[in-house]
Formats: sequence, structure tokens, C-alpha cells
Amino acid sequence: MAQTTAAASAVIKPGVDSRIGKAFARLRQQERKALIPFVTAGDPDPEMTPPLMHALVDSGADIIELGVPFSDPMADGPTIQRASERALKHGTGLKDVLAMVAKFRATDEVTPVVLMGYANPIEAMGVTRFAAQARISGVDGVLVVDYPPEECADWVDTLADNEIAPIFLLSPTTTTARMQRIASFARGYIYYVSLKGVTGAGHLDLESIAEKIPQIRENIDLPIGVGFGIRNAQTVQAIAKFADAVVIGSRLVEELEGSPRDQALARVSALMQTLRSALDAR
Amino acid sequence: MQIYDLPDARGHFGQYGGVFVAETLMHALDELSAQYQRYRNDAEFVAEFEYELRHYVGRPSPIYHAKRWSRALGGAQIFLKREDLNHTGAHKINNTIGQALLARRMGKPRVIAETGAGQHGVATATVAARYGMECVVYMGSEDIRRQATNVYRMKLLNATVVPVVSGSRTLKDALNEAMRDWVTNIENTFYIIGSVAGPHPYPMMVRDFQSVIGRESKKQMLELADRQPDYLIACVGGGSNAIGLFYPYLNDHDVRLVGVEAGGTGLETGKHAATLSTGTPGVLHGNRTYLMQDANGQIIETHSISAGLDYPGVGPEHSWLKDSKRAEYVAVTDDDALAAFHALCKFEGIIPALESAHALAYAATLAPQLDKDKILLVNLSGRGDKDMNTVAQLSGITF
Repeated sequence: MAQTTAAASAVIKPGVDSRIGKAFARLRQQERKALIPFVTAGDPDPEMTPPLMHALVDSGADIIELGVPFSDPMADGPTIQRASERALKHGTGLKDVLAMVAKFRATDEVTPVVLMGYANPIEAMGVTRFAAQARISGVDGVLVVDYPPEECADWVDTLADNEIAPIFLLSPTTTTARMQRIASFARGYIYYVSLKGVTGAGHLDLESIAEKIPQIRENIDLPIGVGFGIRNAQTVQAIAKFADAVVIGSRLVEELEGSPRDQALARVSALMQTLRSALDAR
Repeated sequence: MQIYDLPDARGHFGQYGGVFVAETLMHALDELSAQYQRYRNDAEFVAEFEYELRHYVGRPSPIYHAKRWSRALGGAQIFLKREDLNHTGAHKINNTIGQALLARRMGKPRVIAETGAGQHGVATATVAARYGMECVVYMGSEDIRRQATNVYRMKLLNATVVPVVSGSRTLKDALNEAMRDWVTNIENTFYIIGSVAGPHPYPMMVRDFQSVIGRESKKQMLELADRQPDYLIACVGGGSNAIGLFYPYLNDHDVRLVGVEAGGTGLETGKHAATLSTGTPGVLHGNRTYLMQDANGQIIETHSISAGLDYPGVGPEHSWLKDSKRAEYVAVTDDDALAAFHALCKFEGIIPALESAHALAYAATLAPQLDKDKILLVNLSGRGDKDMNTVAQLSGITF
């Protein structure tokens, strides 16, 4: 049976009143699927991040996943590692990332922002201090790649105190028992990793995703986003047939990486619009 | 007296250790834990492991009383546990044999490894050849440059050496890259981690395989000196040779345990790899442990004359032994390690690895402060053949 600690069950489930809950409710009403872009904060430079976030929203993002740069991004492929390295070259720390979110939040009250990163920068700031500051900055969810449910009861409680959703990964190898354990902690949405590999890899197996999603739904009552290895409009469309949200990361970061600075926003927006149309045209 | 029984079922040594990895790896680690639990006390597995250690590695490795050097230092008696005499020239092979035997039982035909100095890479390539497994070794491009001979040795043993050009291009980046390979090829691949680092069960499993060092030492010291040493001294990068020597002695509270870290150009210069001496707890490579990190929680680049100690983390059990004060950790500079390297060459006719030279250097400092009837057992974890280029260069010699 799923482990439910008293504290974890007291988590305010981001439902109608959270930005993530509202976003999914709105999408359901419109019979649309969520498009979730991922970019690394501070890539290509810190000044670019808030305008980039706005451009993502303007070109069709429903939720933004913002990567917190880390020196040793073990679960990421080369593209996102390079993005991290560019951001770190500018000295982008967690404090700076929160400041970027606050700046974005000043003119966008609606779009949920989910931070995605690794445990160590958060622990270096202090979990309690981080959660309080994240709340003030307008962060809605946090996905810590290397906090599996076994190690994160305190973390989930601290986020709950600050009305922030802990987002969790599920993988093709996640067993039913683990799904139930994750269900007792997870809020906001579930991020299903669509392949055995790191971010940006290129060997997606649509059939196995289609088989896995119903199993997840049986065990976890949250919207399901699918990500890792989604690179084009065609795949976005295919994934949206069975998922509630599509996460696109490495492909966007590549676009950013390959663009001259003054064209980056336009080119990322153009790519987003293509994906958005594909998603809505199903 | 409390009997030492760590880690707990989820791999915790107090607040350290554990499993801090992405969900994509959890299933593989659960499977590995289950299989290791099944075989660690299996009579047939243990017998095969011991057979291989005896006939392939050449164990037991002797303990040697370094009398001339002890006399020159004028204090305690220095004994050396000769892991340098193992097949492939270091303690690393004790662990790679254990993990390769487990990989075979788990039906994994492909093994991968990370390596810094190249010793663990060579030890992995060796056992892969021995058991007919495919072998891929990840190695930072900076380390490949520093350790060209070991790269060639791995290639001779039919391993593929993949240069890692991300991050600081050293051991930690090789570990990241090996983890990525493992996530991607999880069905047919066994990841042979070379130190007591990484997520549970690795720190425990590597410790168990390496603890043959300490078990042999306990018997041999009785035969040689009719008693156990007053101090055990071993170098600590990730810390596998140290834990291998210390572990069987953890409940023997009259034996002092000293881990020696790489002090680089001096702790005050910031150019070192003395994680336990100067670091703070954090999460890296799947476990909670002391780390070299900046105020933002980014892992910082380390420096050491010896590539094998050039790691910004340390095995979580060492973090626990430090906090619980069961072991002490000190740092030795590049220069002092080099001096000890030359001293052992001169007085004993033994060329030590630069890693092991750190432990020797601390012994050289400690011995003169102690009476002549005190005994220091130093783990001579590897031989120095691989360091010829480094040492020659420092002396202004090019081949």
C-alpha cells in the first residue's frame, strides 16, 4: 500500500486555487492539452530569461519549467548540460533564478512556473529558506530530479507549508508499488519520462508510452505530462493523444543555442508556435 | 560497546549515504540491491570470489615491515599493506572482480566504469577481458591526457575508452557520463563503480569487496607483530582503499584510523581535494556526503598531484566516520606526498602510487612523534609505475 505520512496527506492539493490547478482546469474546459517548455535559467545569459519566459507564454506555453543550473546534471544530456554551463559562466545561482521568476511574475500573474533541478543547490541555500523565498517569488512547483520519494518526506512537508507543489518523475521502469508511493507525495502534475535515457535522447517508443499512461492513471490522480526526447510537431501530436501535457526541453534549448542573441526570442517563439498549432490541431 | 552495523536498509550512514538519483535509475538500483543481498552471503559466490582473489589477483597481499625507512624516521615502526603487488597494481581489482561476478549472475553482458587515474578503468577492463564481457570506460579528457599509459593499457585489454569533455573533464564528469550510459542501457549493462561513492548499494558493496584488505591485515599483523597496529593510515579520494582497511577494525576502538586527503598546494590556497577537511555536506552522485562546493551549491574543481584523489566528494561512510569521530582525516600537500614517494623509493626499493604516497607522507610526519614500539600500518594501495611521467616532469625530465 502507498505510504502516506500524516504531514504529506495534509498537503494542500493544488486544485482550483493554485496556478497549476487552474491552468489544467482551463485546458480541460477548452479540450486542449498543455504545452510545457523547459529552458535553463541564465541561458544564454541572465538578462534574457524573463523576456524569454514571456515570449514562451506569448507563443503558446501553458506552464513554464525553468531549469536551475547545476555543475553536475547527471540526468541530463549534453544539450541541457551545455545550457547549465553557459548559465554558470554568468554565475547564475539559485537566488538569481528566484529573482528571475519574481521579475516574470511581476507582469504575469497566471502562468505557472515550475523549477526543475538538482538537490545540492537547494540544500546549499537551505530547504526551508528556499521554499519560503520560492513562494514569495511566485514559484508554483519544484521538481528535484535526485529526490526520490524515499528521501524526501521532509522536503514535501516544507513545500506544502509554502503551498508549492512537489512534482515527481515517473519512468518506464517505475513499478506499480512505486507509483502508489509517489502518488502519496506528488501534487500539480506527474512528469512521465518517455524513454530510458537522459534528456534530449532520440529513441522514443510511442507504443510503450501509450501502454504505460493508463497504468499511471489507475494509480495517480493527477494530470500527466510526457517529456524527454520529444523533438517535433509530429511527436507532440502523437503524445497528446494520451497525455495531458507535453514537455519540450532539449529541442528548445538547441534552438536558443543555435540562434544569434538578437534573433533567439523570435526563433524560439516560431518553434513554439509550430508545436502549439500541432497540439491544437489534433 | 556499540557494534557497528551501518548502513541501514536504505543505505544510510547516519545522515549520509542513501539513494539520491532520478526515478529512471531507481528500478536498476533496487534490482542491484536485491541481487547483492542474495549473493553477498551465498557460499558459492563467496567461494568463487575468494578463489579469484587468490589465483587471479595473487592474494593475500603481504604486509611488509619497512625497517630502513622506520629507522631513518626514528620513531614508530611502519608496516605496509602491499596492495601494490596485486594483479594490475592496485587495490581496485578486489572490487571489480566482486562486481563482475555479480554482473555475470545478473546476466549483464556489458560493463561500464568511470575512471580518474585510470586504475579502476584498467581493473574493470581486466576483469571484463577475463570474463568475456564488453567494456566501456568513461574518462575525463583531462585525465586521458595525464594518464596516457593507462589509456593504452585499457585499449590493449579490448575496452573502449570514451573521453568526457563536459564540466571539468575529470573523474566527477566521467561518473556523470557513466550514469547516463547506465540509464540508457539499463537492460544489458552493469555499472561497476570504482569507489565507495554513488547511490546505495554501491558504498556498502564496494566496502564489502575491499574489506578483504583489513581482514587479511588483522591475521597478518598477529603473525608478524603478535598484535594489531596502533594506527591504520590510508589515502582518501573516494575512499575505497581506506574503508577496505578500516572496516574490519571499526569495532576495535584501540586502533586509531587516519584517512589522508589530497592537500594539493595547501588548504589555504584552495587548490586541493581535501573534501572532509574543508567541505560541507551536500548531495552529489546519488548520495549525501561531504562535498567541495561553492556558496551556490555548485561543485568546485579540485586539484591534486594524483588523479586518483582528485574528486570533490567522498564516500558517505567516511563522512559518518568523521562526524562520529571514529576516524580522523588529515590533508597532505602535493610536495609532501612527492617527498614520501621519493623516500620510499630510496629506503625500501618500492615505487608507490602518488595516491598512496599521501598516506606515506602522513606516516612520515607521525612516526617520529611516537615511540619505537608503536606500529603504523599504511595501506600501500597502488604501485607508482603509472606516475612515472608525472614525477619525471616535476623533476624537469622528459622521456
